[in-house]
Amino acid sequence: MKKTLTTASVLAGLIISFAVTANSNGIHLDHSNADINDQKSLQNGAQLFMDYCSGCHSISLMRYNRIGEDLNIPAADVRKNLIFGDGKIGDRITSSLSKKGAEAWFGTTPPDLSLVSRSKGGDWIYTYLRSFYADKSRPFGVNNSVLKNASMPDALWDLKQRKSSAEFDNDVKDIVNFLNYVSEPARLVRVDLGYKVLGFLLVLLILSYLLKKEYWKDVKYGKWKAKS
Amino acid sequence: MDNNKNWIDQRFPLTKVWNEHLAEYYTPRNFNFWYFFGSLAILMLVMQIVTGIFLAMHFKPDAATAFASVEYIMRDVSWGWLIRYLHSTGASAFFIVIYLHMYRGLLYGSYKSPRELIWILGMVLYIALMAEAFMGYVLPWGQMSYWGAQVIISLFGSVPYIGHDLLIWILGDYAVGDPALNRFFSLHVIALPLILAVLVFLHIVALHTVGSNNPDGVEIKSNKDKDGIPKDGIPFHPYYSVKDIVGVVVFLMLFSAVVFFAPTLNGYFLESANFVEANPLKTPDHIAPLWYLTPFYSVLRAIPPMFGSQFPGVIGMFSALLILLALPWLDRSKVKSIRYRSAPYKYALGIFVLSFVYLGYLGMQPVTPTNALLARIFTATYFGFFILMPWFTSIGKTKQVPERVTGK
Amino acid sequence: MSEQVIDLKKRRFLTQATSVVGAVGVGFVAMPFLSTWNPSARAKAAGAPIEVNISKLEPGQLVRVLWRKKPVWIFRRDKTTIANLTGLKNLLTDPDSANSSQQPEYTKNLYRSINPDVAVIVGVCTHLGCSPTYRPELGAADLGGDTWKGGFYCPCHGSKFDLAGRVYKGAPAPTNLVIPPYRFMSDSVIKIGISPKEHEIKPIFKSNKLT
Repeated sequence: MKKTLTTASVLAGLIISFAVTANSNGIHLDHSNADINDQKSLQNGAQLFMDYCSGCHSISLMRYNRIGEDLNIPAADVRKNLIFGDGKIGDRITSSLSKKGAEAWFGTTPPDLSLVSRSKGGDWIYTYLRSFYADKSRPFGVNNSVLKNASMPDALWDLKQRKSSAEFDNDVKDIVNFLNYVSEPARLVRVDLGYKVLGFLLVLLILSYLLKKEYWKDVKYGKWKAKS
Repeated sequence: MDNNKNWIDQRFPLTKVWNEHLAEYYTPRNFNFWYFFGSLAILMLVMQIVTGIFLAMHFKPDAATAFASVEYIMRDVSWGWLIRYLHSTGASAFFIVIYLHMYRGLLYGSYKSPRELIWILGMVLYIALMAEAFMGYVLPWGQMSYWGAQVIISLFGSVPYIGHDLLIWILGDYAVGDPALNRFFSLHVIALPLILAVLVFLHIVALHTVGSNNPDGVEIKSNKDKDGIPKDGIPFHPYYSVKDIVGVVVFLMLFSAVVFFAPTLNGYFLESANFVEANPLKTPDHIAPLWYLTPFYSVLRAIPPMFGSQFPGVIGMFSALLILLALPWLDRSKVKSIRYRSAPYKYALGIFVLSFVYLGYLGMQPVTPTNALLARIFTATYFGFFILMPWFTSIGKTKQVPERVTGK
Repeated sequence: MSEQVIDLKKRRFLTQATSVVGAVGVGFVAMPFLSTWNPSARAKAAGAPIEVNISKLEPGQLVRVLWRKKPVWIFRRDKTTIANLTGLKNLLTDPDSANSSQQPEYTKNLYRSINPDVAVIVGVCTHLGCSPTYRPELGAADLGGDTWKGGFYCPCHGSKFDLAGRVYKGAPAPTNLVIPPYRFMSDSVIKIGISPKEHEIKPIFKSNKLT
């Protein structure tokens, strides 16, 4: 028994140590500390995304009304502040930028950002958006230290000028928070539900353990009988 | 037994089956922690089938729409995200359960006579399960799905003479594409689940014919009382059914913790690169199969190309799997359980487990000279465990196996 | 030790308690699975209200549009048609639209519409779901000759409806055709899928007295 426990703990240790060492690829990433339960931050992020990003980037897996429902924004406000153009409330959020125009302008099509937070990670976006620096050799006069030779201009430049550095970081955090949400809307309910499920299972565990103990008294006292 | 008058029993052996396999199926009374994983494996099979049925109702097996349909499930289908996470987490959990179940077999010599067929059926199940998991992983049609499929299927192209034609035939195209996705879908949802169900049935029939082994490796059937009931046996139902319920609940708690709090498990259960749609023009920076296939993937990479062909690596990979089938005949020890085994066996088993786990780890890492060397060493120790088994199981001093099972 | 150790009552209680809690758990697990069959966000978005421009619709002309994947007929009734609706009372199963599940309250009138001249009807037979054909011609020989004042005929099982979607007696269809919720956005644009604002509903149409 001792041996099996030792083996099990060695295995567990190995798995944990692998998990810790994974996902490091050199570039230092700042932590955004985005909190998906912060509704104000998500609402601000949604507005900033629509104002600064949605002109070029789609989040085509997302619907306007879902954002309204999830972030507690009334439908009228969604129509007024988030939907540009003639989009309907149930529509998917696509940028109006044409593929051809984009290629002429940026040399590439701006990627859809529906899942960017899952593929790149929120911290990557947070660091990336704050890592533009002046570089005359690039078409838009800026380069990025996280994504070398990024074809994207510094879209938040205007925001950066108007705000203090702390406020700017906070705005970027809100955008990241929003993109984290967009990449997995179910995240808003998932964790809370998890606690409930675990609570329920705990009750079931106690009952089933008592039941097992009760029946196994037979085995303990050598008193079990075959039903016949 | 007046039940024979029962209407159903006159037409179907319901009571008989119930008694033979549950109420009067005698099981050693000394099962420990490691004996939960058989019933948990059945639970996982049921979970995967049920969640799979519901996912298939919304999934589109079409290269143009597959990726979007998975996200459709995650977002637009009511509760779809939960079903999908149950299925994706379930795949990994199934393998964790199966690996622990197999390790139990190694610990207590459950593959030894008279249980060779149970072991072989189990190994075939394991191989079928790997095929099932691999094809399932292709379906979301993300970058890892696509390139993982590309790499694994390319292996068939290394078969001498017929490789090229075989590859094209498997793909139904010149590269991984819609035909491959569509046929993998069919195999994943119909063919392999049917095979798995039949194999599980046979596995259990074989088990119930000879009866379960136990942590002491004592045959309980050799010690029967005057009624012909094993003295160390207890009916499976209710004793092990209530005990297994406890195991199931504990397992479900761990499982739910992953599903609800970390469904991607930091990239181990759902890889971040798979949240990018398949792009035949761009391979991700780092590609690796999911963790449960990586030990064998490591073996594949550890064996260098020979005679200008990758085929030896492929042979190595499949040998690493198939050699497990020979285990019952490689083990010459007179005792079954690790409790009474000789010291050389214990060390060998330790080295084997370490090799397997480390090969798995290396299979997820990029190839560096150090990693390549380590992979070769561990590939050697992996095969060494089997090749040297007839020797190290016949040396050393084994302990006396008791007549009856011990308390714990 | 003896049998006294076993407390059968406790055992039964624990068995029942575990079974009940387990069954509740299974119920909770079943709920998400079953609810995946509900219309998804995509289906709901596709089922959103639609706008139809009727400015070019001539009297007697019928257009079919799809709303929530079902055919909806919009047609203009001329004076004769409107007048004819009155005299059919004895031939119909539910001439006064008493079955309130077949139309919104604001169309519970003789015309089964907001404006007498524009009819909006879900073109799905209330028998088994076929879509009836438009047979506006008066006195069609195959549909009862002189008594036929124009209407709809279902090719599947022969149900007949008048030009307000009311079912004829003796037809296999049990109820009148369904009127969808709709609203006049302007004189020429109808939006199907939403109801008019309360103040837009003319008092006269709020009752069934109109004949």
